[in-house]
Amino acid sequence: MKITDEDIKELKSHANEARKSIIEEVYLAGSGHPGGALSVVDILTVLYFNQMNIDPEKKDDLNRDRLVLSKGHASAALYAVLAERGYFPKEELKSFRKLGSSLQGHPDMNKVPGVDMSSGSLGQGLSVANGMALASKMDSKGYRVYCIVGDGEIEEGQIWEACMTSSKYNLDNLCVIVDNNNLQIDGEVTKVKKSVYPLKDKFEAFGFEVFEVDGHNIDELIMTFQKVRQTKGKPSVVLAKTIKGKGVKFMENSVEWHGKAPKEEEYKLAMKGLEEMGD
Amino acid sequence: MDIENKKATRESFGEALAEIGKDNENVVVLDADLAGATKSGIFSKEFPDRFFDIGIAEQDMIATAAGLSTCGKIPFACSFAVFSTGRAYDQVRNSVCYPKLNVKICGSHAGITVGEDGGTHQMLEDINLMRGLPNMVVFSPSDDTQTKWIVNEMTKMKGPQYIRTCRAKSPKIYDENQEFNFGKAIQIGDGKDATIFATGICTSEALKAKEELEKEGINVRVVDIFTIKPIDEEIIIKCAKETKKLISVEDHNIIGGLGSAISEVLTDKYPAKLIRMGIKDTFGESGKAEELMKKYNIDKDSIINCVKK
Repeated sequence: MKITDEDIKELKSHANEARKSIIEEVYLAGSGHPGGALSVVDILTVLYFNQMNIDPEKKDDLNRDRLVLSKGHASAALYAVLAERGYFPKEELKSFRKLGSSLQGHPDMNKVPGVDMSSGSLGQGLSVANGMALASKMDSKGYRVYCIVGDGEIEEGQIWEACMTSSKYNLDNLCVIVDNNNLQIDGEVTKVKKSVYPLKDKFEAFGFEVFEVDGHNIDELIMTFQKVRQTKGKPSVVLAKTIKGKGVKFMENSVEWHGKAPKEEEYKLAMKGLEEMGD
Repeated sequence: MDIENKKATRESFGEALAEIGKDNENVVVLDADLAGATKSGIFSKEFPDRFFDIGIAEQDMIATAAGLSTCGKIPFACSFAVFSTGRAYDQVRNSVCYPKLNVKICGSHAGITVGEDGGTHQMLEDINLMRGLPNMVVFSPSDDTQTKWIVNEMTKMKGPQYIRTCRAKSPKIYDENQEFNFGKAIQIGDGKDATIFATGICTSEALKAKEELEKEGINVRVVDIFTIKPIDEEIIIKCAKETKKLISVEDHNIIGGLGSAISEVLTDKYPAKLIRMGIKDTFGESGKAEELMKKYNIDKDSIINCVKK
């Protein structure tokens, strides 16, 4: 499908709106994970607005594409994009992480429309996505499954167990996306566990078709996901180079913002920056 | 009880799986390189397209089953109890029970009766682990007929369930006409001297003890608790009222298993003393199943001694 400049502009606008929602969610909650949410929000926007075969009006359609946010702590981004896409009113985002809210700290599939799998305990989502992709194949439904993992998350051994399963069953309807911002709670991935790298060689060795992309470049993301679709006979992984905290200057590349909410002044500063970016 | 007609509950489980596979094409089976031992291999031969050998990766297996279930499949994920509930505990917790998915966790080779493989493989804490999880149902069958009924029932039920089966053979207790009801224990006999609450492989030991005691004029009843969660509160309270002595016996640690579950009911509803027979907070060791049952005091003779004491 041909993508016009107008389409790109619209996607950028959605991503920027979602960024504002993330900041507001986390600010109002007084807690949450803004850094990893901001790094993954462009990817989520492109998937939910441009790539996935989904319809908020038919959220339980058996033939819909699925997405597993394995790095469940980026929930603020998933909720922001789902609300932006029309799954539920944006007003609900204000209840994020509060008592009685459907928007739990980590996504709950039984509470939030559009969430295909509960997640939060790292390393499990890729196996779940494999199960979904297998079911799609068994029933010849043809739906696709996307799974977003963090680069720190892939230190979990289960990810590599799952990779072997993805390639054993030639899951070419599966697309894994690594949110590669190179920061985890204890610091840079290169310092905490530098042997996470090289990513490309590892995934290739595990039988994946590997794509590399700037995870904040909407054009590039679209083109990459289009190429992913052409891959036959094996699973794909998109290594998305990202910036933790992307879009809010003082949060960018700062591990401090992994799991911390902005104070009032910081909130205002962040929102002002995002307003300007949107103009 | 037919002492001569023996079969391991894992075998009955495997046969039942292959049987339900014929009736329900949404049933899928996963294993982690133990299909020959867990008996899921019987299903794999009949339905190779609905069988997934995930390899030696139990955590991956459980979460893959979770994914399959979200798309309408009815997955039975099989391994030794020590791995499917222990190794993959967090996957069972967070990817199955928390989202309340329709995944059947199957643990064969439970208990000390695994025998020669020794303590690393003798799972004595699985009932404890699984029963502590919200949304989970726990089944612990005692014979062939009951195991098959349970597998069939699991296919119809929605949500997370755990079934615990054994490697060692046990006698056939129930004939094909026996009626079972979910969450309801089976009372055998109505003796008033003692109630022996039993589960799994220990139920037949309790029945053997009952027969011998009768010859000496001691009349006991056996209550086969095959659904440990939810537990049959009614029958526990009834037996506490009607019998002089209460005993529980299980091939599981006395912490957190059947005895604990019964104690919780008694504490809440009808305070009474319960003697908990089981593995006394220790790991097992290598040996023959029957030798181990004797050494760890969960066999017929130990039950008789306990009743008489």
